[in-house]
Amino acid sequence: MIFFAAALIPQVRAEFQWFFWAMVILCGTVATGIAAFLIFCAWRFRRKDDNELPPQNAMNIPAEITWILLPLLFFFIAMFAYGTKLYFDIERPPADAEDVYVVAKQWMWKAQHIGGEREINSLHVPAGRPVRLRMISQDAIHSFFVPEFRIKQDVLPQRYTTIWFSAEHAGTYHLFCAEYCGTNHSHMTGWIYVMEPDAYQRWLQTGGAEGSLASTGEKLFHQHGCSNCHQFNGHGRAPNLIGLYGQKVQIAGGYALADEDYIRESILNPNAKIVYGFQAIMPTYQGQISEEDIIALIAYIKSLDTGAPLQLTTLAAPVIETNSAVPTKSHPAERTTR
Amino acid sequence: MMSTIAVRPPVVTDYLNAEHGILSWLLTTDHKRIGLLYLFSITAFFFLGGVFALLMRLQLLVPGGLIVDPDTYNKLFTMHGITMVWFFLIPSIPNTLGNFFIPMMIGAKDLAFPKLNLLSWYVFMLGGFTTLYAIVRGGVDTGWTFYAPFSTAYSKTYVVAAAVGIFIAGFSSIMTGLNFIATIHRMRAPGLTWFRLPIFIWSMYATSLILVLATPVLAITLATLGIERIFHVGIFDPAMGGDPLLFQHLFWFYSHPAVYIMVLPAMGVVSEIIPTFSRKPLFGYKAVAFSSMAIAIVGFLVWGHHMFVAGMSLYSAMVFSFLSYLVALPSAIKVFNWTATMYKGSVKMTAPMLYAIGFIGVFTIGGMTGLFLAAMGIDVHVTDTYFVVAHFHYIMVGGAVMAFLGGIHYWWPKISGKMYPEYLAQLSALTVFLGFNLTFFPQFILGYLGMPRRYATYPPEFQVWNVLSTAGATILGVGYIVPLIYLLWSWKYGQDAPSNPWRTTGLEWKTPSPPPKHNFENTPVVTWNAYDFEAQKEELHLG
Amino acid sequence: MVSASSLALRQQFNNPAQQRETVTLGMWIFLATEVMLFGALFTAYSVYRIYYTPAFTHASGEMEYWMGAVNTAVLICSSFTMALGVHSAEAGKKRLTVLFLLLTMLIGCIFLGIKFWEHYRHYLDHKVPGINFQEAGALGPREQMFFFLYFAMTGLHAFHMLVGLGVLSVMVLRVVFGSISREYHTPIEIAGLYWHFVDVIWVVLFAIFYIPGAHLR
Repeated sequence: MIFFAAALIPQVRAEFQWFFWAMVILCGTVATGIAAFLIFCAWRFRRKDDNELPPQNAMNIPAEITWILLPLLFFFIAMFAYGTKLYFDIERPPADAEDVYVVAKQWMWKAQHIGGEREINSLHVPAGRPVRLRMISQDAIHSFFVPEFRIKQDVLPQRYTTIWFSAEHAGTYHLFCAEYCGTNHSHMTGWIYVMEPDAYQRWLQTGGAEGSLASTGEKLFHQHGCSNCHQFNGHGRAPNLIGLYGQKVQIAGGYALADEDYIRESILNPNAKIVYGFQAIMPTYQGQISEEDIIALIAYIKSLDTGAPLQLTTLAAPVIETNSAVPTKSHPAERTTR
Repeated sequence: MMSTIAVRPPVVTDYLNAEHGILSWLLTTDHKRIGLLYLFSITAFFFLGGVFALLMRLQLLVPGGLIVDPDTYNKLFTMHGITMVWFFLIPSIPNTLGNFFIPMMIGAKDLAFPKLNLLSWYVFMLGGFTTLYAIVRGGVDTGWTFYAPFSTAYSKTYVVAAAVGIFIAGFSSIMTGLNFIATIHRMRAPGLTWFRLPIFIWSMYATSLILVLATPVLAITLATLGIERIFHVGIFDPAMGGDPLLFQHLFWFYSHPAVYIMVLPAMGVVSEIIPTFSRKPLFGYKAVAFSSMAIAIVGFLVWGHHMFVAGMSLYSAMVFSFLSYLVALPSAIKVFNWTATMYKGSVKMTAPMLYAIGFIGVFTIGGMTGLFLAAMGIDVHVTDTYFVVAHFHYIMVGGAVMAFLGGIHYWWPKISGKMYPEYLAQLSALTVFLGFNLTFFPQFILGYLGMPRRYATYPPEFQVWNVLSTAGATILGVGYIVPLIYLLWSWKYGQDAPSNPWRTTGLEWKTPSPPPKHNFENTPVVTWNAYDFEAQKEELHLG
Repeated sequence: MVSASSLALRQQFNNPAQQRETVTLGMWIFLATEVMLFGALFTAYSVYRIYYTPAFTHASGEMEYWMGAVNTAVLICSSFTMALGVHSAEAGKKRLTVLFLLLTMLIGCIFLGIKFWEHYRHYLDHKVPGINFQEAGALGPREQMFFFLYFAMTGLHAFHMLVGLGVLSVMVLRVVFGSISREYHTPIEIAGLYWHFVDVIWVVLFAIFYIPGAHLR
């Protein structure tokens, strides 16, 4: 039961509780008033004589103006304003939030931590720290819903959406899929484990991650032959990716912001936005790389803003280029054969 | 002039016995008979959708699901939604009571296009049978919202057949709306100016505007969805560069106004019942009339509030939120004016009046929870949960269906020429009110607690509210079946109805019950305002 | 005296003027419905034109814009003959009415002939999404969206043309067999409204599908 529960009060949740119950009280009062007035009229003005004709008053301009302006000016505008404020709080993560990547598919939630830990239908987070989820779906639309945190965000295919939360107190909380997604929609649930920081550290150490998400991405970067063209010395046939993330990239016909969606699109549909001065020679990786691996690659590319990559170029890259040089055409019909 | 309280003369030809035989019904162009054809059809669809709903409520009695597997449950809620929305609620009041009473209330012999009216029924039935085919073949599991890309690429059920059925039924909506607009504009009796029209006519006019302007958008959206599903090309699937949010925008551009298609006529019915049984003109006539139009117009600009968590931009969400508060205003105006009408009136508690008062109470709750959903920060938590389910059932079931039942009782003497059994009717009205609130109020709580909608199974902590809701649904079911039985009974065995049993003012009460084929022997000339008891008090023997 | 107009007066109306006004109003409402029908597709077009501007411009460059231009001219001519047909019906000149209606239909058929030939050429070029679309070049996948919208919208328009031809055939028969007269020519008028509307839609289609890439040819 979470009526007024004090177990867990992040800012959003506290604001929500205050606002929600203020509205319940306000609307409840008005609704009760109307109901009471209806009952009062039905009894007090009940028909006593079958032929009676009551006074025929039918219009009162001041009354009309009152009940047009009163709700609008005092209630509706306040509700709109506060609802919007709260919404902006929910939708805009704080700058220091830690990223966790979530891939939704029919019918499970897969989470990947920056440190490389992977989970299915569960998500471990430290208490008291803002966590930002970057989410994408492999198939239909899903929705990431944690009632206790008062957050919900649809998870779309082919596009990252973001939600954040900050859980103040340790505990276990429901995760639901809130957008209908097929047969086992009601089984697409999980748990959010909020842990005290030291317990969280212990969990990380026993998590069994084989290196960070970025290092997984680095391996993939070589496996898929990306490094053959995207060289870090600037002499490759493809753009140098160091410091790419968050930059404005000049492309044919304008600029593009190099965010997660841009990097993902450039892997799967390289010709959509060609960097100015380069040729459209990159093959598509559509159908050859999973959403999880794309996320690892993105994490790797995001990590490339230090001097660290210089040493990477010396690594012997296992080349599987022959495979990827022949672009398999992605046919829309493939989608429905599953 | 006919005495308004006179009992029907023994031998007259009315619209029911003017012609005989099944063909005289199937080929009729009489708006009253077509209204009855619609009434029978949508009643059948209503009980079909009701059976789906009861099965769903049974399933949710226990957390693990009581009777069916998740696939079947998904089909149940989809078919419940499709049947109820497109084959009951959208046509409910407009195509039955609207068809029957618009010409009579404006003093016309028929609608502007009687053949088109009949055609609309056939088109409706064709759409209905196509959808039934989809149901019989195994059903649809997309939800009534058909969200892409689930509907275009992942569902393995009869999506195309269901979409085609809705597509076809849409044209029936368009024909009806077109017919009503043309009729209300051009067929009014001499002297019946716009501001003398009963509010029912105003709300049917507003409804018709939505029908003709919103329905085609749904039609083309569903057609595109069908093409995408069959040929694997299209504009919604993101795998092909499409934007699934475009589908949602187009869908809600129809489906939000569609809610007003359901509730505006209901408001119109209530605006007739309350003055009649308060024996007073409707308070703030012009405010109520204009508020119908405001709802129809602003209602087209608020669809985005269904998509606050769907991934759209914060600032467009803000605009939609603001407009959603604006559209709440005209509804509030109506509620205040209805209650003010009863104040210092001469209130008689009949079954229609019980339904009307129940409507106001329930609609107020439904509307006010809409304010919660329009507040974006709250919507994030409660959208796609049972809170939304409860909210729109308060509008559609508590609002539209109760007003529909109220209207059927109110005009039953005119339609059938017989009185319904009053005490039984009041009892079942109370049953509907109690059953309804017991069914849907717990769902607000479930939604607040976080139970998502469209769940075939749920965590055990939600069970108690689900059990309450199911208990309410059985009561509600009884409340719906009883009127069906006694209304059919009264058609044959009821007391003959006088031409104006409620002693009220509308033109429809100035013809015999049931009315003759062409409604009025002579086109009436109107010299009074709507609900003008003062002007008609001699005729009505009042005062 | 029983005039033709009173014969054509349907029972629900009180007088011919009321009938005429009502029927015309009904047609205008129907056209509003049609605007919304096409409107949904125009919306989709606008959205994807903004998303995929280069692909749409490039794909538009693959259209034979002169064929679109010729068709626009053809259709405007048909609107002219349609207007003349309505005018002659008002004047009660039956033979002239029939002549202009048939001429309108003939020009409509020419339009459809050119349109279907154009569609056939797209088919030969492997440009029909869902049947034989071949992605060519860097922008291929997004060009498919353009061609899908192109076929959907011109197809819907062509369907409306076919309906228009059917309506006009009925009108010709009604004039020949005498149920249309100087006193009662409302059906011709509203058929004309419909025809003009379908023309206007085409002009917009021409603008959005042929012109954006015309400079590329």
